[in-house]
Amino acid sequence: MSWETVIGLETHVQLRTRSKMFCGCSTAFGAPPNTNVCPVCLGLPGALPTVNGYAIQLAVRAALALRCQVHLRSIFARKNYFYPDLPKGYQISQYEEPLATDGQLAYTSPERGAVSATIVRLHVEEDAGKSVHDRVPRSTAIDLNRSGVPLAEIVTGPDFRSPQEARAYLLALKEVLEYADVSDCDLEKGSLRVDANVSVRRVGETALGTKTEVKNINSFAFVEKALTLERDRQIATLEAGGRIEQHTMLFDAKANAVRPQRTKEESKDYRYFPEPDLPPLVVPEQWIAEGHAALPELPAARRERFATQYGLPAQDAAVLVQSRVIADYFETTVTAGADAKPAANWVMGEVLADAKARAGTLRVTPERLARLIELVKDGTVSHPAAKQVFAAMADNGLGDPHAIAERLGLIQVADAGALTGWVEEVLAGHPTEVARYRKGETKLLPFFVGQVMKVSKGKADPTRVPSLVKERLGG
Amino acid sequence: MTSIAETASTLAGAASLNALLTPLSEVTASLTEQAARAPAGPLAGMPVAVKDNICTLEYTTSCGSRILEGYRSPFEATAITRLKAAGALIAGKTNCDEFAMGSSTEHSAFGRTMHPTDPSRVPGGSSGGSAALVAAGAVPAALGSETGGSVRQPASFCGIVGIKPTYGRVSRYGLVAFGSSLDQIGVCGRTVSDAARVLAAISGRDPMDSTCEDRDPFQLPAPPENLQGFVIGIPKEYFPPDLDPGVRRACERVIRLLKDLGAAVRDVSLPHTAYAIPTYYIIAPAEASSNLARYDGVRYGPRFNGVPDVRALYQSTRGKGFGAEVRRRILVGTYVLSAGYYDAYYRRAQRMRALIAQDFRNVFDRGVDLLFTPSTPTPAFKAGEKTGDPVAMYLADIFTVTANLAGIPGLTLPIGRVDGLPIGGQLLAPAFLEDEMLEAAFTLERAVPGTDEV
Repeated sequence: MSWETVIGLETHVQLRTRSKMFCGCSTAFGAPPNTNVCPVCLGLPGALPTVNGYAIQLAVRAALALRCQVHLRSIFARKNYFYPDLPKGYQISQYEEPLATDGQLAYTSPERGAVSATIVRLHVEEDAGKSVHDRVPRSTAIDLNRSGVPLAEIVTGPDFRSPQEARAYLLALKEVLEYADVSDCDLEKGSLRVDANVSVRRVGETALGTKTEVKNINSFAFVEKALTLERDRQIATLEAGGRIEQHTMLFDAKANAVRPQRTKEESKDYRYFPEPDLPPLVVPEQWIAEGHAALPELPAARRERFATQYGLPAQDAAVLVQSRVIADYFETTVTAGADAKPAANWVMGEVLADAKARAGTLRVTPERLARLIELVKDGTVSHPAAKQVFAAMADNGLGDPHAIAERLGLIQVADAGALTGWVEEVLAGHPTEVARYRKGETKLLPFFVGQVMKVSKGKADPTRVPSLVKERLGG
Repeated sequence: MTSIAETASTLAGAASLNALLTPLSEVTASLTEQAARAPAGPLAGMPVAVKDNICTLEYTTSCGSRILEGYRSPFEATAITRLKAAGALIAGKTNCDEFAMGSSTEHSAFGRTMHPTDPSRVPGGSSGGSAALVAAGAVPAALGSETGGSVRQPASFCGIVGIKPTYGRVSRYGLVAFGSSLDQIGVCGRTVSDAARVLAAISGRDPMDSTCEDRDPFQLPAPPENLQGFVIGIPKEYFPPDLDPGVRRACERVIRLLKDLGAAVRDVSLPHTAYAIPTYYIIAPAEASSNLARYDGVRYGPRFNGVPDVRALYQSTRGKGFGAEVRRRILVGTYVLSAGYYDAYYRRAQRMRALIAQDFRNVFDRGVDLLFTPSTPTPAFKAGEKTGDPVAMYLADIFTVTANLAGIPGLTLPIGRVDGLPIGGQLLAPAFLEDEMLEAAFTLERAVPGTDEV
């Protein structure tokens, strides 16, 4: 009998604010240690928190993007535990009455196709500081710049049936949160972190097996790996007649292993209670209306629209919509006059490749790309020549594509005299192939066309070359 | 306006009380410096001593605890900023029970404070240093803090005026937290006027404290001629059979005076009063166990012993840094918040707290303007008398703790003496009606011979 995997995810995303959740300190990444701190986020005696309203507005927007019910009144709670990088000895979070509940996020499962994950709750909280173990020999250094950075915690139901599904959900979540402009979702900067609850059960069983919590997963690539390792460990344990202990497991990327957290490090009883320093969080109804208004078209709707409005294949729509910036770029290119399918091809090809090589910078404006696509369409430049023009535009940043094509001598030549000259030159240079062609090996035609394009440095009009070659070879 | 030399001399005169923690030379130097910068204002030149759990830039803020010995706050409490803006001078830090946990100022890491009229007795607590200094005439007023009566109880023991404002009337920013939902800065004053003027100066909205009400600073009322039109309730639960006879006699005299002054006096009942102490001793320690978690030896304050690992650092720092009463309350608080006990203790205590608050609203909604009660069940007790019996000590706050649970304002003023020891009478008012409470206090202060034997 085979096993079924059951996974639920708790994702922490950093809300894109300039200042911290409960004080005015900057959230800027990469500042020297302990410089973005004040009495509040240092937890000094006598300091009190005050809520950053913008962080709440972003969290409301995230909740709306995840189709949650936003509660007009929610309660901050203290989560108590001792850790050197937790300056107050508690984290201000939400517990019994979170900001939002009962949402859902549609995503595409690699196994089951279009499915929906339930969002059990979304609440706001503050981040802890950072313990740095490799900076001072034999000591732990504490950096409290992150202390008090605003987070939204998004908790799903036990909805995922494979590590691959969990990953697909996370990508969809990242996509939606980026679209809604509530978070950078940058794993490297710690602005998105994932904990997973994993259990296995025999196929057909309805009760959940004993779960473990897998922590410390800090890259998308590791999500599948860590969850697969833990699932396999659980199955092996059960098949050997063992029992699953309700442990917290830490993923160790270097060792490619999951290991149980030392029980001493575990602190199961957080002694939650309502935060007496903060009144109940009351969200003005207006913020919900504004949150709705601030929500852009979300990825799922946009993919569908790209398929219907532009007649794009689902695959193209998926690639283009993955990033809001790229999807916007594509649409601007089309608005500027390009046909949709060639525009999609260009964006998915040259534009994405260039952006990837340049850390996401889009160096050619969509208007210029549209003009270039037009030049290809009307036969002014060949497709290979257009790629050279694109590269030139990207590198120089300036210039109308037509002018660049001219300067590079890439304007297609339809003049019969010049074309004939290049054809003659190619045929003279390849007597063996000419002989074979004449003996009936007509599949060599594209070879000759290619050679003509090469000799002409892409300037020959590829639509006219084949007939000229055939004419010369008496075919 | 008091001269700095005069203040230095009155403070020196009270030195034997161990009420002031700041060395006198430091206070004098700071007063001179502050006076040079002090603006004119309603409290111009008034020296105000400050309880050791309120953050000041001028002196250390150690909360009467080893764990914060020598700690200098990089910021000052909003109340301190406002005092200075009103022209007052901060005249040193006063002794208190460690982290304001206690009713006798015996639980201070820096030794106990003596009662000003009988050194063998306690001044009450936890703001015992502030009350004793004012009673000794060293300063006209001092800031204290209340979580369960820590201003009114020592003010009553020492024979001065003590006010606890409505929760949310004064910013808690810079008041080192004990029980955040109960804590409020209060004032000890030689007279109703001194205390009220200081309270008016520190009150009002503060964006740094989200639990501080969005209200204008409160205005001092004019003292009325009599109490005609006032309906004053006498809650029977505050006059139990075992009430100290001297306290009862003093209160009965006040009740007669209230009638003479034209007030309508009415017997009322606050039926949940008996549950106030147990309720308080769940909620306050629960919040304290969390509020005091930050004292871990990692960022500030002394560390004790070597540091083999972080767990040992916590254990030795907190084990040696906190005194027995603080450790007891942290343990109780941790217990009542633990999974499996939360519903039985903390949640039930919150429900009881709501019922206690409702008791007051019921009475005030039925036409009663103010309540009059004894401030404490007995006069000041002997040092050492209750240190071995925490529950007996807790019961010293039985008449004051209800106002903290309900969030309403309360005031104590001297209403006579028994065997030379002061007795205090308490006025309680609906939330944010400090002005009515003060009108009655002004009138009573004039009418009651506060230092007579009863």
